[in-house]
Amino acid sequence: MTDRGLILACSAIGAGLAMIAGIGPGVGQGIAAGHGAAAVGRNPGAKGTIMSTMLLGQAVAETTGLYGFAVAIILLFANPLIGRL
Amino acid sequence: MGIGSSLLSTGFAGQNLLQFSTDENVSFGVNGFWQYRFLGQEVWLTTTQITTLIVMLALTVFALIANRVIRKADPEKAPGPFLNAIEYMVDAIDNLTKTNMGEKHGGKFANYIGTIFCFILLSNIAGLFGLRPPTADYGVTLGLALITFVLIHYNGFKYQKMGHITNLFKPVLLTPINIIGELATPLSMSLRLFGNVLSGTVMMGLIYGLLNRFALIAWPAVLHGYFDVFSGAIQTYVFCMLTMVFISNTFEEE
Repeated sequence: MTDRGLILACSAIGAGLAMIAGIGPGVGQGIAAGHGAAAVGRNPGAKGTIMSTMLLGQAVAETTGLYGFAVAIILLFANPLIGRL
Repeated sequence: MGIGSSLLSTGFAGQNLLQFSTDENVSFGVNGFWQYRFLGQEVWLTTTQITTLIVMLALTVFALIANRVIRKADPEKAPGPFLNAIEYMVDAIDNLTKTNMGEKHGGKFANYIGTIFCFILLSNIAGLFGLRPPTADYGVTLGLALITFVLIHYNGFKYQKMGHITNLFKPVLLTPINIIGELATPLSMSLRLFGNVLSGTVMMGLIYGLLNRFALIAWPAVLHGYFDVFSGAIQTYVFCMLTMVFISNTFEEE
């Protein structure tokens, strides 16, 4: 196996591992959505406010997952390690 | 020259990073169309700039038509459907800023929020029209987030004077964390928008590039509905909301 091939293969594995970061935001957004649904059930009049607060919280919770996604994309398409050969 | 500089200066369009993929079918990267020299550097005219120009053109045409319709409007009669839609949009933006930033300051920021709302929304749904969304380029989203960053600190100094700086040292032990938190704001805002739009672009690029032409009848419309319209609208809303929340945080502790 060439050095380049090794780096490419390990980068692909690393990109897959980086996307494990998607678990956290998934759980977090689910919890937020569940509590949002409970809140709407308790107070249907405040649906608009609850909705926007929930979406804002979910978007912030998503950030960590997107960091993982950025790492995966960089490893796959703009690999900095190949330049070090 | 590390990856950081190539990401920041030219989006993903570095020398050999111009095309994300070597496979001809799969394309979701930033393509360079035309090379020119600017201040001694080799610069490319990329997809991002062209789609940004198209988005700006569409917004300008819309603004000109809306302007003409508003000028010709007869206050005696009921407004037509187009005028009604414009009034509804302006009203919605005014309400959004006033509920989030307060009656006193909200009106001043309605223009800015409305502008970035239109621009980001149209950029995000550009994928529907076969264009590569400009917001899937880190340069664009970082620029938008830096505008917000400057606005936050401009308003901080305006309303809290020197308190804006002393707030950083409030619990003295937490000073480094406060400073990092301030600097992380534009980074996380830009990465959030960039990551969401880019993930949609990558997914659509893979689906269009890897599947047979006959396997692509009609059903990708559902994915476009999710990735471009739904996700794009949500991210636009979130970006505007976060901008408003961060700016209105500087009003309070006067």
